[in-house]
Amino acid sequence: MAFRLNVNGKTMSADVDGDTPLLWVLRDTLGVLGPKYGCGIGACGACTVHVDGAPLRSCSTPVEAVGAAKIVTIEGVGADAVGKRVQEAWIELDVAQCGYCQPGQIMSATALLKAKPRPSDADIDEAMGGNICRCATYTRIRAAIKKASGQAAEA
Amino acid sequence: MADGTLPTASRREVLAGAGLVIGFSIAGKGEAAETGGKLNAYVQVAPDNTVTIAAKNPEIGQGVKTMLPMLIAEELDVDWSAVRTRQADSDPAAYGRQFAGGSMATPLNWDELRRVGAAARVMLVAAAAQGWGVPASECATASGVVHHKASGRKATYGSLAAKAAEAPVPDLKTVPLKDAKDYKIIGQPKRQVDTAAIVAGKPLFGIDVTLPGMLYATFEKAPVFGARVASADLAAAKRVKGVTDAFVVEGGESLDGLLPGVAVVATSWWAARKGRDRLAATWADHPTGAQSSAAFEARAVELSTQAPGKTERNDGDVAAALAGAVKTVEAAYAYPFLAHANLEPQNCTARFKDGKLEIWAPTQNPEPGRQLVAKTLGIAPEAITIHLIRCGGGFGRRLSNDYMVEAAWIARQVGAPVKLLWTREDDMRHDYYRPAGWHFLKGGVGASGEIVGWHDHFVSLGQEGAFARSAGMSPTEFPARFLANYRYDSSLIPCGVPTGPLRAPGSNAIAFVVQSFIDELAHAAGADPVAFRLKLLGDKPVVGEGASGYAAGRMAAVVKLVAEKSGWGRKPPKGHGLGVAFHYSHLGYFAEVVEVAVDPGGAIKLVKVWVAADIGRHVINPMGALNQVEGSVLDGLSVALHQKITIENGAAAESNFGDYPLMRIGEAPPIETHFIKSDHSPTGLGEPALPPVLPALCNAIFAATGKRIRRLPIETELLKTA
Ligand code: FES
Ligand code: FES
Repeated sequence: MAFRLNVNGKTMSADVDGDTPLLWVLRDTLGVLGPKYGCGIGACGACTVHVDGAPLRSCSTPVEAVGAAKIVTIEGVGADAVGKRVQEAWIELDVAQCGYCQPGQIMSATALLKAKPRPSDADIDEAMGGNICRCATYTRIRAAIKKASGQAAEA
Repeated sequence: MADGTLPTASRREVLAGAGLVIGFSIAGKGEAAETGGKLNAYVQVAPDNTVTIAAKNPEIGQGVKTMLPMLIAEELDVDWSAVRTRQADSDPAAYGRQFAGGSMATPLNWDELRRVGAAARVMLVAAAAQGWGVPASECATASGVVHHKASGRKATYGSLAAKAAEAPVPDLKTVPLKDAKDYKIIGQPKRQVDTAAIVAGKPLFGIDVTLPGMLYATFEKAPVFGARVASADLAAAKRVKGVTDAFVVEGGESLDGLLPGVAVVATSWWAARKGRDRLAATWADHPTGAQSSAAFEARAVELSTQAPGKTERNDGDVAAALAGAVKTVEAAYAYPFLAHANLEPQNCTARFKDGKLEIWAPTQNPEPGRQLVAKTLGIAPEAITIHLIRCGGGFGRRLSNDYMVEAAWIARQVGAPVKLLWTREDDMRHDYYRPAGWHFLKGGVGASGEIVGWHDHFVSLGQEGAFARSAGMSPTEFPARFLANYRYDSSLIPCGVPTGPLRAPGSNAIAFVVQSFIDELAHAAGADPVAFRLKLLGDKPVVGEGASGYAAGRMAAVVKLVAEKSGWGRKPPKGHGLGVAFHYSHLGYFAEVVEVAVDPGGAIKLVKVWVAADIGRHVINPMGALNQVEGSVLDGLSVALHQKITIENGAAAESNFGDYPLMRIGEAPPIETHFIKSDHSPTGLGEPALPPVLPALCNAIFAATGKRIRRLPIETELLKTA
């Protein structure tokens, strides 16, 4: 059936079964390839997008549950001032190794900073704990979040 | 996508230099004027002075797409800001061997690629000198400009490139190279060339490859490795909306080749998966179905009490030495199978048209993939084009090309471009696992606190005297050659589980065993673990001959440095412990100290890690280097704390990140890294930082709790004191 989705401020339509996960509608139907597939069970965070501002695992969210909510993906997050700052910090510190997890990391980090502009280490651990980085760029992820929030990173 | 738009300039190949092949362009005149000049297979200079440099090797997150072009740019003498890189296709005639493995990119390319850059520079200088009618020897270069000092004339590379492309290619062996003190790029921290694209979520990965008219495929194989398809309800799969095809692939017997399975192809991957769910596939019996981790382990214990299959090395008289030792220690060490768990599951896109096959492959090792595909499909290797696509992690998994041959087979059968994508579960259940292994050790210390004898009976996987893939240990592995009485025996267990290299293969297990047992002996001798190790390393700068020589002096230096930086010898807070270990692999000398805190419930907190490393006189890109070291250290810690693949009934029991957990950010400790710049040619960094961290952690846990870890992953239950 046809769904009308609001993706990065644009209305897009997709003719798919309602139980199709949002991730696959974005990737295969709409060509929005930034969100990544890592596990399909909500355990890695690679597929994280924002739905009405909240971070959500798109691999485990059926498209029919999204309705008219505003979906923001890594492709659109730079339109937001916080998202842009996070992306800049990621570039500045050259966080990525393979880079595959980083769209999800950035989406989670942006959601964190929007909720808590100056997160503590514990806040970071909690908000980012759902995002695996197999290359283990965790020290730089932490430093980049601190940087984007205007806090000095410890050595 | 960016990687799909590679320029295909015509070129003739010339052979030059020390076995190095560089391609040399003779682009048409009009083309040359418009596009500047292609100076060799790697270097293209545009009229606007932009330099495009080919990155020859697959990028798996180790940073070679940045680091290798840095070598060329340095000797070409251009500003890094003027450089664009492009990923080369797999083309050994132009680029030699292209692979990501063994931390070999630096040692194999350090000299060659600098010479490629220097050769291009010589051609640009020749073009300028000829134009000015002056000797080339009077010309100098800087930042992409040729200068003639005496006359004050200058010309940009962009203005010279078309002419330079016609200059003779200098002899790479004798082309002049810069003095290292003049380096402007090598040794400077550079961001990955793809960083901005990664952060913007651009489609860079294999999973993102999209072709017109492309279909999506999933491929179900038997849980038991290599079992044939007995039945599958293809009709039910085809009834799912969007599914265009479903068929059985007969496949073969070889675990390195195309295995039997069922392909489901659809207009979207989700539809293909839904179709696959209806297959209700059943599988023929297979002998591997009787194998299990538990049975391997029971057999290993049995073999440990029997005469070994082979004595791999036998120096001195270990039995006599142990009989005469002041103290002896016996210990059995064990480690499990491991999966690679690249975050991007295996995938590959292929298009078969008019007898030609085009492949977009996130592979670490394209040429064996080409051979495998050619042989399996019965087509000529030359009929296959392989585009190298950024990999969402490699770790050795993508040295195998099983996904490539599957994609090629399916694409040919359906006659349309196909993107094959494995599920996470496919990925974890169809890996080439780091082999499990068992070491039964005896060691003894003498009156002056030295090791008098060492006996390792290594029970590994393999048959007929041959270790399974990545399941061996070299007879020169440390501490062989450092002890007068050293014996290493091996016994093998036949195994139908596919095995293969995982980051720092061999070393990722052996370092845990060797450096933990050294700690046990240090404890038996009542010696300080650092002092004990330095004594073992001895006074000789190098032990052993030739290429297998072990630079004990370099190792001792990193051990001393890491001890100093970690404040070795200080009294740590209550519940804390410090552990040290070192390991040589992939030409790198690494010593690491881990500080842990263990609470009464057995929970382990990683407090900090110190790394001291010697990878030669240059760290080519410090920004990437630190990332590699930190990633390797955390990877090793994650393995030690969490990871295990359990074989049950011939299949992997674990299937996703729920039962195969990876380290999360909250566990990751700070890491402090120090490099010793020794006077040796620079070597690689993707792997050698990993092995020592596992034993350093286990030794730290011993220091904190008095409990010795002899089996991975660490069972925190055993560390409980309350
Ligand atoms: S793919 Fe969605 S959480 Fe892993
Ligand atoms: S950078 Fe590779 S998974 Fe995070």
